[in-house]
Amino acid sequence: MKLKLKLPNPGLDDRIPSHGDLERMEKDEAGDRPQWDNKAQYLLTCVGFCVGLGNVWRFPYLCQSHGGGAFMIPFLILLVLEGIPLLHLEFAIGQRLRKGSVGVWRSINPYLAGVGIASMLVSFLVGVYYNTIMAWIMWYLFNSFQDPLPWSQCPLNANRTGYVEECARSTTVDYFWYRETLNTSTAIDESGGLQWWMVLSLIAAWTVLYVCCIRGIETTGKAVYITSTLPYLVLTIFLVRGLTLKGSTEGIKYLFTPDVNELMNPSTWLDAGAQVFYSFSLAFGGLISFSSYNSVHNNCEQDAVLISIINGCTSVYSATVIYSIIGFRATQKYDECFGDNILKLMNAFNYPENNITQSNYNEILTHLNNTSPDVIQGLSLQICDMQTFLSQGVEGTGLAFIVFTEAIIEMPISPLWAVLFFIMLFCLGLSTMFGSIEGVIAPLLDLKLLPRSWPKEVISGLTCFASLALGLIFALRSGNYWLALFDNFAGSIPLLVIGFFEMISVVYIYGMDRFNKDLEFMIGHKPNIFWQATWRVISPLIMIFILIFYFVTQVTKELTYLVWDQEAESFPTLAERYYPQWVYVMIFILAGVPSLAIPVFALYKLIQRKCCKKDYDDSTVDTISAKIQMSDKMKL
Amino acid sequence: MLGRIVFFLCLPSVLAAQLCKPNAAEGFKVRLSIKTALGDKAYEWNRNQRFLFQAAIAFAMSHHLELEFNVSNILVCDETPRVSFWFVVTSPGDPSRLVGKESVELAVRESRSRINNILLLNDATLEFVGVLPTLTAPVKPATPSWLIVFGVVIGMVGAGIVFLLVSTVVQKKRKKNEVAEEEDDDEEAQMKRTAGNEGIYNTSFSEYDRNTQM
Repeated sequence: MKLKLKLPNPGLDDRIPSHGDLERMEKDEAGDRPQWDNKAQYLLTCVGFCVGLGNVWRFPYLCQSHGGGAFMIPFLILLVLEGIPLLHLEFAIGQRLRKGSVGVWRSINPYLAGVGIASMLVSFLVGVYYNTIMAWIMWYLFNSFQDPLPWSQCPLNANRTGYVEECARSTTVDYFWYRETLNTSTAIDESGGLQWWMVLSLIAAWTVLYVCCIRGIETTGKAVYITSTLPYLVLTIFLVRGLTLKGSTEGIKYLFTPDVNELMNPSTWLDAGAQVFYSFSLAFGGLISFSSYNSVHNNCEQDAVLISIINGCTSVYSATVIYSIIGFRATQKYDECFGDNILKLMNAFNYPENNITQSNYNEILTHLNNTSPDVIQGLSLQICDMQTFLSQGVEGTGLAFIVFTEAIIEMPISPLWAVLFFIMLFCLGLSTMFGSIEGVIAPLLDLKLLPRSWPKEVISGLTCFASLALGLIFALRSGNYWLALFDNFAGSIPLLVIGFFEMISVVYIYGMDRFNKDLEFMIGHKPNIFWQATWRVISPLIMIFILIFYFVTQVTKELTYLVWDQEAESFPTLAERYYPQWVYVMIFILAGVPSLAIPVFALYKLIQRKCCKKDYDDSTVDTISAKIQMSDKMKL
Repeated sequence: MLGRIVFFLCLPSVLAAQLCKPNAAEGFKVRLSIKTALGDKAYEWNRNQRFLFQAAIAFAMSHHLELEFNVSNILVCDETPRVSFWFVVTSPGDPSRLVGKESVELAVRESRSRINNILLLNDATLEFVGVLPTLTAPVKPATPSWLIVFGVVIGMVGAGIVFLLVSTVVQKKRKKNEVAEEEDDDEEAQMKRTAGNEGIYNTSFSEYDRNTQM
């Protein structure tokens, strides 16, 4: 059953290179468009863009909180039905039209250039805050070259009688993260001042990114040999180290224990869909750019499937590694908790050492409870629950900078593991940033906003500098709260909207038939029924569902955020606060402006056409070249 | 006579029993966790080990108060299988008088690490209940090490940027020269080609200057 729905799109053939043009361009290697040195560079760059921090600190959390092994089912299903088709679409359209995101959508239809502009804005905003996370990673990396690690000790208070109160009430890792790294304030409107060490780290992060992106894919293509492969090496090292630590199997069991009931919960499926979408870095425009540098007959179908499989496997692999270390940490805390209780009992009842162990603890406790319950009450024994320790704060920055660092200080030769871990996170983030920067620079060049004579180095330098300037907001004392705001709103809804429009544009405006013919020209065979079904119906439907769900949850829930506040009752747990009113304006700018760029630009183009259409013929006569052209036409 | 001898012999222990008792006003409770600290190499707590403890405290008191304390001045009582006990310190001049709690605490704090080392324990495993351990401040080097690493990274990155920018400029210059050469080569090649195909190329009509001079 063929859906013959196609919206009218006049003049398409004039805007895009024909198959004959493409063949010629291929043979002559004409044009000043950059090219990949070899296929490996292209694949590594795409893998690096897709595999990022989310694979390490978002997927394991989702897996564990949505039924462990059972989460694989919705994840894999949605990977196949949503991720791979969208990826293939972006690769194919970029390779066919050989332009960055703005160029591609403008070629399909001038009214659609807003989609490219939206991609550019989202890439820019996401790049700004993502690189701040890189700055934090670099800060931790710089601090890892010492023994003992700075987050393993509390500083002493003023009169050296004890530890600083904030540190004593929470933990050393919490204190190092919230006080010595972020120096966080207690609310988003208390901006504090710029933290000079954070500014230095930001400068370091942006200059490293600049040196890798300075000549576009010429330099990033070399950098990805390291940044895309090193994380796998480090993950393997950590896996081997993790499996030899006590309690690692507890973590892996906790991660993968399936709870089939979770499959009935719709939020499981929606979280899986969202994770697949964000994990593939779709709708940033970077993937379209990267595949536009390919040769025309590159097999993009194979690439899409390969990269999807690699991305999925990396998620599962890193989840295993992360949870083996988390299992180790949970076991350490469990033993510590038990040890504390046993010590209290020993001291109160004068038992000799090693009489009370974890195994006979319960019977001794019941015996003592019967004989002297009031003493037991006075001891305030804690309940030691392994499950609680395993489920503590294990997503996002909390995982990397609090939970994992705590685990690292328990491992022998801690500085080594800290350096390896943060280098891995740095490489994962850097390769994603390459795609982000590409998603900003390629549209800038397509839109011709900057003079053509400016060399690539200057353009990438300007982009990095502008992003650094905006990123200084995250070096304030309230920077962490700003980052959470950006993460929640700039990097979520706009991407879903853009992704949806991309699908609709290619399938219904560019035309599925034309697209099929293009693919037949490029890779030699027409895409099979799977691609047809997913592109036309299944993937757009899934996108709409996820978009509506996200929109509804964001709009209906109260806007709160978590703060680190010493005065709060729940300290050291983060306290919940309401956002101030002006934040709604910020949210509109972050989420609304990119999303609205699509209709606004279409409207602008419409108005431009309508009001200038009458004068169109007259205005071009004034130029000499127009005159010559006209005279040529008359001769013909 | 015999009775009086017995009386005087028993007096110190009786006095000791009276002076040293649990929750004594001038006494301290001590807890040792030998097996936790030493594992397999743990020693058995016996009379000799207790003697060593008494000697260590006597040393600490002598060192702090600059008086001569003897092992007999340190009274230990109420030992439990936990290995915890109470001790009091009697004055060297008058064995029936106890030394004040504050002095004992200061003496112990001053020589804490020495006492720990003598018994092969540490602040956590040799606990003087009520005496806060002296905390060692974390060592802070003059230049924080992270600044050094930062400097190294920035230096390398800066050198990389400069190198790449300079090489771009050099490449551009080279290209300009090459293009100028190529243009001349193109001219010659074209002349040769036309000469080969359609007879002799009439050089009088060739243009050495591509641009007409105005």
